[in-house]
Amino acid sequence: MSDTSRRELFRIVGTTLLSAELISAQDAKDAHAGMSMPAAGTAPRSLNGGPNFVPKYLKPHEFKTLRVLGDLIMPADATSPAASEAGAAEFIDFLCSRNEDLANIFDGGLTWLDQYMIHKYDSDFLTSKPAEQKALLDLAYGGRTAAPEVAAGQQFFTWARNMVVDAYYTSPVGVKDIGYMGNTVVPAPFGVPQEAVDYVLKRSPFGS
Amino acid sequence: MQVQRTPAVHDVVVIGSGAGGGTTVKVLTDLGINVTLLEAGPMLNPATDFKEHMWPWDVNHRGSGPNAESYFGKQQWGYFNAPNGYWDVPGEPYSIAPGEDFKWFRSRIIGGRTNHYGRISLRFSDYDFKPQQFDGLGFDWPLTYEEMSPWYDKAEEFIGVTGTHEGLRSAPDGKFLPPIAPRVHEMLVQRAGKKLNIPVIPSRMAMLTKSINGRAACHYCGQCGRGCRVAAAFTSSQAMIFPAMKTGKLNIITGAMARELIVNDEGLVSAVSYIDKATRSEKQIRCRAVVVAASACESARLLLNSKSTKFPNGVANGSGQIGKNLTDTVGYSLGGNIPALENMPRHNCDGIGGMHVYVPWWELEKKNKDFPRGYHIEIGGGLGMPQLGSFRGVAAGAGYGAGIKAAARQQYGTNISFAGRGEMIPNEFSWCEIDNAKVDQWGIPVLKFHWISQQYEIKMVQHMHDTFTAMIETMGGRVANRPFDPAANISKGGFIIHEAGTVRMGDDPKKSALNKWSQAHEVKNLVVADAAPFNGNPDKNVTLTIVANAWRAAEHLADEMKKGNV
Repeated sequence: MSDTSRRELFRIVGTTLLSAELISAQDAKDAHAGMSMPAAGTAPRSLNGGPNFVPKYLKPHEFKTLRVLGDLIMPADATSPAASEAGAAEFIDFLCSRNEDLANIFDGGLTWLDQYMIHKYDSDFLTSKPAEQKALLDLAYGGRTAAPEVAAGQQFFTWARNMVVDAYYTSPVGVKDIGYMGNTVVPAPFGVPQEAVDYVLKRSPFGS
Repeated sequence: MQVQRTPAVHDVVVIGSGAGGGTTVKVLTDLGINVTLLEAGPMLNPATDFKEHMWPWDVNHRGSGPNAESYFGKQQWGYFNAPNGYWDVPGEPYSIAPGEDFKWFRSRIIGGRTNHYGRISLRFSDYDFKPQQFDGLGFDWPLTYEEMSPWYDKAEEFIGVTGTHEGLRSAPDGKFLPPIAPRVHEMLVQRAGKKLNIPVIPSRMAMLTKSINGRAACHYCGQCGRGCRVAAAFTSSQAMIFPAMKTGKLNIITGAMARELIVNDEGLVSAVSYIDKATRSEKQIRCRAVVVAASACESARLLLNSKSTKFPNGVANGSGQIGKNLTDTVGYSLGGNIPALENMPRHNCDGIGGMHVYVPWWELEKKNKDFPRGYHIEIGGGLGMPQLGSFRGVAAGAGYGAGIKAAARQQYGTNISFAGRGEMIPNEFSWCEIDNAKVDQWGIPVLKFHWISQQYEIKMVQHMHDTFTAMIETMGGRVANRPFDPAANISKGGFIIHEAGTVRMGDDPKKSALNKWSQAHEVKNLVVADAAPFNGNPDKNVTLTIVANAWRAAEHLADEMKKGNV
């Protein structure tokens, strides 16, 4: 069902309630059908703005750096794509355009990142070798807190990972990867599959 | 600027449109009485105000709020939740006694807090109405469970409550809709309960497992907190006020902040004064009777602010009890990670918004406890829709790279949380009064709160912590590691949003403001219909009893009007 007809149904349902008339079984069924989400199995939509995306706040160089950093934090694997398909950099850029404190964190962090790489490897983050980028991330995310050498970047690293991970799991690719199957209409009565019950109980101290 | 006074005398003016106001509106208009409803907020439009079925990516901030509010601790309530209210309302401050703490939630919209509430619908028990007889603490209600029971029947049959007959004294059975099957993690909790001798029974929630009263049955999307466009989850706005609008008996004035009840020479309320927010001007509507249902503390504030020669301490406050005995539910939560749930076969377990099973109080008969009353336990967990923040902890443990996704897949749905909701005994340290030195942006004197958590409640929190730990460990789980101190971890006053007791009822006008019909002892055309009349705040949450008591009060008021007594 298209978005338009879904909205139309919501409108009708809203009116029905206002009119205080009984909703017929068929009307109720239609109202529910109107809320059905896209069928499972269809490829999840990418939120990547593409190579020509114009950031709202970040400088083009900062945006590119953030996109690459995001894909290092959450790379593609056998089952799902990288953070860029979740629009992680686009999400952070949008919120930087709306919040000065956040903009300062990412401006400062991305600038620090390049300075660190230039001092150490004579090239900024984007043009550094993958092994050099990885060496930095090992220092940044290898322990509970960043290694002393990159401690100045601690706040930025935390924000970057939190927001990349947030963006990932609030995107179509992330929701598919985690296997969330709800936000849809379930015919009554509610129930969970026996397969899932058996799987958990067998692994639990209760055995069955 | 002049005060605008209506010449017409309205039958009944109802102040507030939540559970109490909505019920009053429904009952009175059904009986053919003309009602004028004052609501401080705007009209609700479910078709546009409810964010039901939205995905996080449908907004480019993904739910953080358009200015990244959630990232800076500035979001008071989830972005996708139904419009309902906040603890901090711009321009409407309140005071707190030095060194104490209280959070006052205000809802400013048609439907009030019922647009978002948890919809847990539990009857108070026989002993809850007679707590003093039960253990010597608190105040007995001027009515019994037997007297309230028929009104609970009406409330349940109208709003629709799921449940099963269990025959437990601590959780009286009602007129239930079919229960809902448990989720997988809830089956684990049931087994842990069996081992520990703790009952885990189907939850009692105001969601429709079948269609009743013109409302569609639930479609199990789990998003009741966002607002339900088909009204399968109860709200006073959709189930009570919108239908009443069609009767021709209801006149709604939104953006109307009640300021004062005007009393005439006979000591009766003759008019309600309110600030019309749009024009900042005072208006007065004359009325035959008034029903105050503005929420426990807001109702107390209105009565205390209604001073006159006859009532120098506030209307109907000869007892001095208004503002006293303020209670909120005692809250404490603890979560744990359950390895048995790792990599569970995926399925849709959205169900109804909230738990499908719960734990009623189970140690009623136990002697030698170090706290007098009990609590119920609410259970959280499952394969919910991911949101901002859902996997930050998992990611922090995984470092960076492919390990994050692997850890997230393994750990999704493995957390179970327990929330204790317990009874607080009214005490002399928790109350509210008018702060005479401060007004809100509408020029109305604000409330000042006093709140000090007492040992009974703090000891109950210790019991909650021990119980939740045992439940989690019995399931083979690990308790979320954090320092525990019951005095520090007990919920702040007002945080559970179950305020009650500030305009209490009783048989003795010297010790209470209202009679057993929630009608003021001193002012017979004044009724209070929210949780303010409650003499106690049992471990059952307040809304179902607000509906039942308001229903009872409204029918009594209609009766008195018919007889010419009001």
